Amino acid sequence: MSLAGKIALVTGASRGIGKAIADSLAAQGATVVGTATTQAGADAITDYLKSAGYDGFGIVMNVADPESIDAGLKKIGEDAGAPLILVNNAGITRDNLLMRLKDDDWADVIETNLASVYRTSKAVLRGMAKARWGRIINVSSVVAGMGNPGQANYCAAKAGVEGFTRSLAKEMSNRGITSNCVAPGFIDTDMTKKLDDKQREAMLEIIPAGRLGQPEEVAAVVSFLASDAAGYVTGETIQVNGGMYMG
Amino acid sequence: MSTVEERVKKIVCEQLGVKESEVQSTSSFVEDLGADSLDTVELVMALEEEFETEIPDEEAEKLASVQDAIDYIVAHT
Repeated sequence: MSLAGKIALVTGASRGIGKAIADSLAAQGATVVGTATTQAGADAITDYLKSAGYDGFGIVMNVADPESIDAGLKKIGEDAGAPLILVNNAGITRDNLLMRLKDDDWADVIETNLASVYRTSKAVLRGMAKARWGRIINVSSVVAGMGNPGQANYCAAKAGVEGFTRSLAKEMSNRGITSNCVAPGFIDTDMTKKLDDKQREAMLEIIPAGRLGQPEEVAAVVSFLASDAAGYVTGETIQVNGGMYMG
Repeated sequence: MSTVEERVKKIVCEQLGVKESEVQSTSSFVEDLGADSLDTVELVMALEEEFETEIPDEEAEKLASVQDAIDYIVAHT
């Protein structure tokens, strides 16, 4: 139970990779606060944590809305304490070829996937600096490095997250606060279920492992980065993609 | 109740990891006490908490010495 007594904030924890991360950190003994954009989602997080016998609960937070983040962090501070582990996982896609991409598609993805990381990280740094210990783990994507047609907005946001993570690592590592990314490849979640069969086949052809990844395989790497054992790993992006892209 | 000066000096010692004997009112955080930019940000945050006040960034930048901090706190709390 290496994370016992620590509070972990996981954004976008109601399903997919975020849920697996929340589960994995809770299994290590952390008190997990998971965010969702709806009350039903937050309730679902509370339910699955409680039913597994873990500490933690879900809250409603829209990471694209600064006021919602402030309110959420205040509530976490009152109900649990200062998070020393932050996993920025919440993300959306608004795919389209650039020639057809709308301004809103661009702005929404940048706000939700990139600006949110800036806001939540800034909000938890004070508590981490005081504790002289912290873990910020950002879920990027294989496409941040590769690029992907139809995802100029998403790729820009995720590549931005990786640069942000490296800067933060340089600023805060001497306070015991590490900052890293995990970059999942093609993982079996609702986000990839949107792809049609043809796209799916094309993806499988370029994955040496010959299969999709499971959310738990991403969560395992996040759990490692959250642990004391990973204290000297900072500013890094770890690819979890079955060999699809090796940087 | 300790004086403002004593409380400020105590926080400076805690934040910058220096001995009380090294901290004079005239000490500069950066030049005399070895603070880096992050130390000074943390120091201001600690002062805000101790004295339950908000120090705006443009004011915080001007706090270069222990005396500057004492004067600011005395004037604003």
